[in-house]
Amino acid sequence: MRGARGGSLRELPFSTMVSVRVAPGSAAFDRIGAALGAGLPERVADTARAGAHTALWLGPDEWLVVSSAEPGPLVADLVEALAGDPGTVVDVSANRTILELSGATARQVLEKGCPADLHPRSFGPGDAVTTTLGPVPVLLWQSGPSTYLILPRASFADYVARWLLDAMTEFA
Amino acid sequence: MSAQPHRLPSGGRIDRDTVLRLTVDGQELTGHPGDTVASAMLAAGRLDVAPSIYRGRPRGIVAAGVEEPNALLEVLGRCSESMLPATTVSLVDGLAVRTLSGLGRLDPTGDEAVYDKKFAHTDVLVVGAGPAGLAAAWAAARSGARVILLDEQSEPGGSLLSCREETVNGSPALDWVREVVAELESAPEATVLSRTTAFGSYDDNYVVAVQHRTDHLGHPAPEGMSRRRVWHIRAARVVIATGAHERPLVFAGNDRPGVLLASAVRGYLNRYAVAPCSRAVVSTTNDSAYDTVTDLVAAGVEVAAVIDARPTLSPRAAEVAGTGVRVVPGSAVVETTGASRVDGVLVGALDEDGLLGGDVEADVETIACDLLAVSGGWSPVVHLHSQRQGRLRWDEVLAAFVPEGTVRGQRVAGSARGTFDLGGCLEEGTEAGVAAAVAAGFPIEAEAPVGRAATGEYGPVRQLWLVPGRRGEPADWHEHFVDLQRDQTVADVWRATGAGLRGIEHVKRHTSIGTAHDQGRTSAVNAIGVLAAALGGTPGEIGTTSYRAPYTPVSFAALAGRERGDLFDPERTTPIHPWHVAHGARFEIVGQWLRPRYFPRDGEDIDAAVARESRAARRGVAMMDASTLGKIEVCGADAGEFLDRVYTNAHRRLPVGSARYGVMCKPDGMILDDGVNLRLDENRFLLTTTTGGAAGVLDWLEEWLQTEWPELDVYCTSVTEQWTTIAVVGPKSRQVVARVAPDLDVSAEAFPFMTFRETTLASGVPARICRISFSGELAYEINVSGWYGLAVWEQLYAAGADLDITPYGTETMHVLRAEKGYPIVGQDTDGTVTPQDAGMDWVVSKRKDFIGNRSYTRADTARADRRHLIGLLPVDRVTRLPEGTQIIAPDTPVTPERGPVPMLGHVTSSYHSEALGRPFALALVAGGRDRIGETLIAQVGDSPVEVLVAGPVLYDPEGNRRDG
Amino acid sequence: MLLLDCPWCGPRDETEYHYGGQAHVRYPQVPADLTDQEWAEYLFFRDNPEGPFAERWVHSTGCRRWFNVMRDTTSYRVLAVYRPTDPRPEGSR
Repeated sequence: MRGARGGSLRELPFSTMVSVRVAPGSAAFDRIGAALGAGLPERVADTARAGAHTALWLGPDEWLVVSSAEPGPLVADLVEALAGDPGTVVDVSANRTILELSGATARQVLEKGCPADLHPRSFGPGDAVTTTLGPVPVLLWQSGPSTYLILPRASFADYVARWLLDAMTEFA
Repeated sequence: MSAQPHRLPSGGRIDRDTVLRLTVDGQELTGHPGDTVASAMLAAGRLDVAPSIYRGRPRGIVAAGVEEPNALLEVLGRCSESMLPATTVSLVDGLAVRTLSGLGRLDPTGDEAVYDKKFAHTDVLVVGAGPAGLAAAWAAARSGARVILLDEQSEPGGSLLSCREETVNGSPALDWVREVVAELESAPEATVLSRTTAFGSYDDNYVVAVQHRTDHLGHPAPEGMSRRRVWHIRAARVVIATGAHERPLVFAGNDRPGVLLASAVRGYLNRYAVAPCSRAVVSTTNDSAYDTVTDLVAAGVEVAAVIDARPTLSPRAAEVAGTGVRVVPGSAVVETTGASRVDGVLVGALDEDGLLGGDVEADVETIACDLLAVSGGWSPVVHLHSQRQGRLRWDEVLAAFVPEGTVRGQRVAGSARGTFDLGGCLEEGTEAGVAAAVAAGFPIEAEAPVGRAATGEYGPVRQLWLVPGRRGEPADWHEHFVDLQRDQTVADVWRATGAGLRGIEHVKRHTSIGTAHDQGRTSAVNAIGVLAAALGGTPGEIGTTSYRAPYTPVSFAALAGRERGDLFDPERTTPIHPWHVAHGARFEIVGQWLRPRYFPRDGEDIDAAVARESRAARRGVAMMDASTLGKIEVCGADAGEFLDRVYTNAHRRLPVGSARYGVMCKPDGMILDDGVNLRLDENRFLLTTTTGGAAGVLDWLEEWLQTEWPELDVYCTSVTEQWTTIAVVGPKSRQVVARVAPDLDVSAEAFPFMTFRETTLASGVPARICRISFSGELAYEINVSGWYGLAVWEQLYAAGADLDITPYGTETMHVLRAEKGYPIVGQDTDGTVTPQDAGMDWVVSKRKDFIGNRSYTRADTARADRRHLIGLLPVDRVTRLPEGTQIIAPDTPVTPERGPVPMLGHVTSSYHSEALGRPFALALVAGGRDRIGETLIAQVGDSPVEVLVAGPVLYDPEGNRRDG
Repeated sequence: MLLLDCPWCGPRDETEYHYGGQAHVRYPQVPADLTDQEWAEYLFFRDNPEGPFAERWVHSTGCRRWFNVMRDTTSYRVLAVYRPTDPRPEGSR
């Protein structure tokens, strides 16, 4: 959907997503970071990108790797890096989808239902947090100055898309 | 076009070049942009509104702001809205209103306006844009901090909008207001919101406000623009600058139209250029009303007299008296006269005790007038402070409850804390703004603007809570009104104290004073004063009632926001959902999931559809979308050990490639959830949970792992949407599965019950196929990545077409599982049911410990008469028992005279069984397993229905069908 | 609405969390060793003090970690936030 003020919403389906759980600071943690090409981020809202892969911090021992690579080989690489140490690597590519909201009013659209502080002093490109949008839990990832990626569970995607389109009407 | 005879020739914050039309109770009036409905009415010479709610007495406009108790409107339109104060409704062209007798109605017409909400974070929130609030916001914004300034009025300025001669920094005060607002509006991090009322203040500086965005525009709102917006503001620091409300006086006939608050009269004169009268009397207990006096005189209105309750003239009173205005000290208006409007007042002298001295009848003077302006002192608007448990203190000098101390992270500034002079408000506001910015991490210094007003001081106040009546006792004073909106009087307060009530909270509830739509803004403190007079003592000793949100009424539509209609609640859907829609499924909501309930073919009702779907599952082949089941991967070296602890049965030695049904319980032994679990490899399990229980079970597992057993090497990952699950059920299911999974040996020998296999389907899609049955029939569950869910569903549907493969929904699923006695957690259990109660003793391990195990030897859990899950067969073979039906013993009387009916239990599930050819039910019945073969009574409405108690497994109890 | 300072995610609204009741109530090592009375006390009895109270919260919509909060039940003021592995602050029940 496009409007006079440049807001647009689209789905970016079929992205590879892998859930990684591993103890921070462990050898396996380092090996997985190396396999991804960038160390796993260690602070809330941090993301680390290298090539096709971006690791998003979800918790002190939990990450979501979002990638444009095929799920099978990536999962295999990460399982190999974990090498049986405590932790887990699970393909969750179909668990969530990605909705991309962009435009000058994108932040105002999100502020109609997201309690996180999205002001540039608090949140900016490259930041990702788990939060809620309206009544739906989402992973919110700012990918550019006025572009946000919204990752709800796939079952909520239709609702979230309709919620966003409704919120965007004002700016059409 | 009607005239505006009371409009002053000049002045006011109105646009005289534009004429707006207004209809009040059918009467056509005119006004200008900047008017409220109330000011337009007064300009036309009309101040009467609908009569009072209970006593039908004539009433008029009293105030000029949100404190108005009488002038309530229904704004007429496609969807009318009731209970809006005429003093707050901005005039727009063509507005039509009806005045209300204190009671509105909710228009049943659907409201198509948009309502929304917005979250905001700020360093400094300032509530109130009067002199203190403007100064605070101005100072704070200079620091670069994020600042939000809210104000309920149509424009910033607060009390300054009603002023005439006040100056700030040597210029007219409103020039300063304009400069400050311009500076704030150009500051990148400052937000100024007018028509926005902060109505609730919550923990840690979370303030909720409602903004009126479109009603004043006078034309339809742009598409998508909300009519009202509820702001949820989290602020590092809050400055409360909410001002003060003037109190009326309590005397006989104080409700007669034409009695207005003195400050309201001033507002109408200066802000709206309306002189609502030609000859006024002013009755006051303090100096503030003298500003009204001088403004009346300046506007050319005759002031017949100022009746000042204080025994001697204050300097300000003397100054005004010196200009030739008659000031009568030590006196009060004791009564008004007039029919539908004041035409005169009776004035009596007060003695030291506030009593009428001498010969009351002889000494009372009558003064003719068409308006009485009253001031009984000022009450700081302490609501937001008080909602956060901020303390209040009675100030005997100010005659007001004022904030004592501060709420953490907040400050109160200006007249909201009892500082009533302009200079003081500006100083306190500036100081509060600076302090708030500094505390939020934005150092700044600022010098307060210098304000000057005619009064400068509030002056001494005489506390005059109750002007005595000329006759009788307080218990007889039925025309001394305390709460105009509730029609409650001094006599009503005396009735409450006569009934033995002493506390203000009790008196409030006994009389209803302060409980109306205006929440007692003009009546609450007067009620405290009257109660103090009744009981002896001071208002401080009586104390206040609790202040609770909302400060002003907020419509439910605004609170609901956009979460209504299609967006009311999330509807979760599976990848197959579009197919279900296209094939005419009827849906039901399970948790938040939208699941097909049944798939009617031409003209079928639910019973016919379910019968057909059941037949297909029991005799042919049927398929169901089971993707909504919760799924959790549990990985780690200790995964088996962990599952042994959380499930009642053993999982540690489950072979890889096998499946096991598991039940998990709370420590009290009651069933929490259930599902079938797969062992994927040595260190990996896949758990399934109930559709509604997925999130709760994951939280439950994490709780034990993190708080009790952090030493276990176990990680849980939710994969509910990762997998699409399709159940293929029925004697012919093997044929269908064999067609889509040609690499798989589907024979019963090679692929036995409660095992699973990984394979690649003919379509190339990797799949995990399980032999699991929730129907007792031969059945498979095919799990594929959600990406391929819809495609594989269509492949199965096509592969089974010649076998008439039949999609079925949750209703048929329920019938099939209930025929087999499989309970649904949350339907057949309710948190008071153990696995043993549910007839699943076999799932409770006797060889290991697990959560809940200890509870099975508790006396209560071991009782023989606990409610057991059993089957019920209505003897008439016809009645389908409503779920929830109570079960009683035969010959139990059910008449009210015989007292409570001893209940044996209730029906938890009830269906018609196509396979059994009769209706049946599952029920929890006391000692149920010991009653098998007995006949009990299910009480359906007034009809007792005989039911035969049976074991829960009513279909294929030998289990012969599961291998096909 | 409380602003709870998650030890891992920082300050977030109360709506992101779930309440977990009194903290520092350990699951008995061997429940079978407990008398019915002791087991019932573990199951059903919790403190309800006026003033500081150590309680558990989980950051459900955030990092899903459990942690402890010392909260004054009268003023709703959060006095301390600490990880499950941290010792209980002084002056609480």
